[in-house]
Amino acid sequence: MDELIIAGRSFKSRLMVGTGKFASNEAMVAAMEGSGSEIVTVALRRVDVDNPQDSMLKHIDPERYLLLPNTSGARDAEEAIRLARIARAAGCKPWVKLEVTPDPYYLLPDPIETLKAAEVLVKEGFIVLPYINADPVLAKHLQEAGTATVMPLGAPIGTNKGLRTRDNIAIIIEQATVPVVVDAGLGAPSHAAEAMEMGADAVLVNTALAVARDPGAMGVAFKKGVEAGREAYLAGLGKQQDKAEASSPLTGFLRDKN
Amino acid sequence: MEITFNGRPHELTAGTSIQELLDQLRLDCLQVVVEHNHNIITRQRLAETALNDGDTLEVVHFVGGG
Repeated sequence: MDELIIAGRSFKSRLMVGTGKFASNEAMVAAMEGSGSEIVTVALRRVDVDNPQDSMLKHIDPERYLLLPNTSGARDAEEAIRLARIARAAGCKPWVKLEVTPDPYYLLPDPIETLKAAEVLVKEGFIVLPYINADPVLAKHLQEAGTATVMPLGAPIGTNKGLRTRDNIAIIIEQATVPVVVDAGLGAPSHAAEAMEMGADAVLVNTALAVARDPGAMGVAFKKGVEAGREAYLAGLGKQQDKAEASSPLTGFLRDKN
Repeated sequence: MEITFNGRPHELTAGTSIQELLDQLRLDCLQVVVEHNHNIITRQRLAETALNDGDTLEVVHFVGGG
């Protein structure tokens, strides 16, 4: 059985889903179910006492899904550490998707603050899954610091552009001693399949599901993309080359000389 | 007295506990996490922790996120 193992815990699904931006809790649940995911991310925000909302956690079965709180909104290591501790105090397992994004325009992760926060959180016993730009050197520093995965971005969050960082992700995969989870920017099942064909261990998708006309069906489509990519990777893809190589035999034509 | 509640000034009676404030605001203590002057307050300690003038309170909960 080909399972994804993160920090000693095994998962059948290699597709993680985010829960943001869905039009309704029902749409979110449909996407989660369709995707077959076992890991779902959530964020922490201040309660709005003027607009009380139904708790989204009521819709997520903790037996079925591992809740992965993120530190989105954190602009530096200190804020990210604070959010991780709050999530743990909320009763979550000590897993955290570490996200430090000081720049609101491209939401690119800050490598220095991310590494600082990772070092502290690992020491505090957190299982840290850091969201990073596709920087192979940073990925190495993080795995050496004891993070459970590295999560390089394919493209900026919510852009649906696919694997724009493909070459660097290939280097990260080659050097990785922890699972590589491609996160952010994957807008179509073909993008997810491409990441998995390259040897990524898993992918995380949110926006593509949340903005789909039918989030449940899109969850299924991504599940198939991830599975196809993984199976192709395991089966062994052919090498790309410039010169044609005939699939049919070149001998025995109906002429005197070949 | 006045505290800062989620970044905004909030008037309340002196001696109010955090649990009492949550009740007044109809917030379920099982659904939120409370930070009092930057220290996380566990659920068991919400009732015994009194608020003082000038305190900072952050009350957060889970929302959808990627």
